[in-house]
Amino acid sequence: MLNAAIMAAEEGSNPLIPNLWELLVTVVGFAVLLFIVFKYVMPAFEKTFAERTEAIEGGIAKAEAAQAEANAALDEYKQQLVDARTEANRIREEARAEGAQILADLKEKAAAESARITEQAHVQIEAERQAAVVSLRAEVGTLATDLASRIVGESLADDARSGRVVDRFLADLETSSSAGASK
Amino acid sequence: MIALALPAATTEEGFVAPTIDDTHYRDILPWGGEYGVLLEGGFGKQMLLTILSVVLIAAFFLVASRRNQLVPGKLQFLGESAYGFVRNSIGKDIIGGKEFLKYVPWLFTAFFFVLVNNIFGAVPFLQLPTFSHPGSAYGIAAIFFFLWVGIGLKRHGIRYFKLAVVPSGVPWYILLIVVPIEIISNFIVRPVTHSLRLFATMLAGHLIVTLAGSAIEYMVMTGNILLQGTSVLVLVGSVAMYMLEALIMILQAYVFTLLAAIYIEGALHADAH
Repeated sequence: MLNAAIMAAEEGSNPLIPNLWELLVTVVGFAVLLFIVFKYVMPAFEKTFAERTEAIEGGIAKAEAAQAEANAALDEYKQQLVDARTEANRIREEARAEGAQILADLKEKAAAESARITEQAHVQIEAERQAAVVSLRAEVGTLATDLASRIVGESLADDARSGRVVDRFLADLETSSSAGASK
Repeated sequence: MIALALPAATTEEGFVAPTIDDTHYRDILPWGGEYGVLLEGGFGKQMLLTILSVVLIAAFFLVASRRNQLVPGKLQFLGESAYGFVRNSIGKDIIGGKEFLKYVPWLFTAFFFVLVNNIFGAVPFLQLPTFSHPGSAYGIAAIFFFLWVGIGLKRHGIRYFKLAVVPSGVPWYILLIVVPIEIISNFIVRPVTHSLRLFATMLAGHLIVTLAGSAIEYMVMTGNILLQGTSVLVLVGSVAMYMLEALIMILQAYVFTLLAAIYIEGALHADAH
């Protein structure tokens, strides 16, 4: 290497010996470029990177917020649904109870009414019976007298005749009573 | 180096391989010649290309980052991808922590400065990787040398030198050997290899392309039909070398930046190593 360098130096310029002007131009050129990069290029790119990161992270945060909001809304709706169901059940329960109450009331009322009607019928029947008894009592005397006079008007000795008289009397009585009923 | 030795073996009539001097473009504005060998030369193609690279990179990234939109356009996307590559794949992965962002502009500038200057070597008519000149490579490596030593001193104070060269948990008699090795390795070999790696690969690639070009020219000009036929093979070979060189140009920009990041990380966390 050393030999080659010496040989090169003898033959021409040594490739390892720098031209100081070239060195200077390189260093100054590098410094200028470095200045531009420091001052303009790097801040611009870094700013864009930061903005982009922020935009992406901001977007993610926004999406997360939206997700949370949606979840909250869903929970709320579910809660409302549960509330509504409970309410409906309550109302149905109430209605059922009310219906049962009404039915019971009606039954009671009907029973009372039927009892009342039965009672009334009993009273009426009793009254009519009383009236019948009274009118029968009033009539029994007349009828008895009537019957007796008839029997007496005929011959009391003939059993067959008395039998006929009684039969006729009863037939008359039936006729008069049926006429009275048809009247 | 073989190519450099070839001229001695060839006769006057035969092929004269181009020397390193032939790869140097002539100066555009001669100046500074009176300062002797170190300052010899003037304003040449190489310096012009260096300045051009600064203008190109600055213009591209200023335009790409000018109108920032959350949903980037094509240009902004390209700029962001380029910036994001250096920021995340090199800065964040190597330096890491919360402080890597401070050093991203350094790495970003280094990567694209080296990359564009290397790519110049693959662009027809420009065809000069600026870092094939040692001055440029020394300059940019020196910037990073001072940067990471500065970071180390700022972070750890003067104790940084002790942290950098004295590994912990090593017995004293081993330290006698290790410390000089660490000094040489960290403060001499590192910056030298950092610059020479870039410079040598670029120079070699540039020389190969120049050599192939002049060989083809020589073969075609001889009038010998066999040599003219052989020149086709050289042409095919030179295209393959050109492709390889293009790959190396990108790779070296990446390697340079990656090493810079590793050195910065080492200086920041000198106490942990």
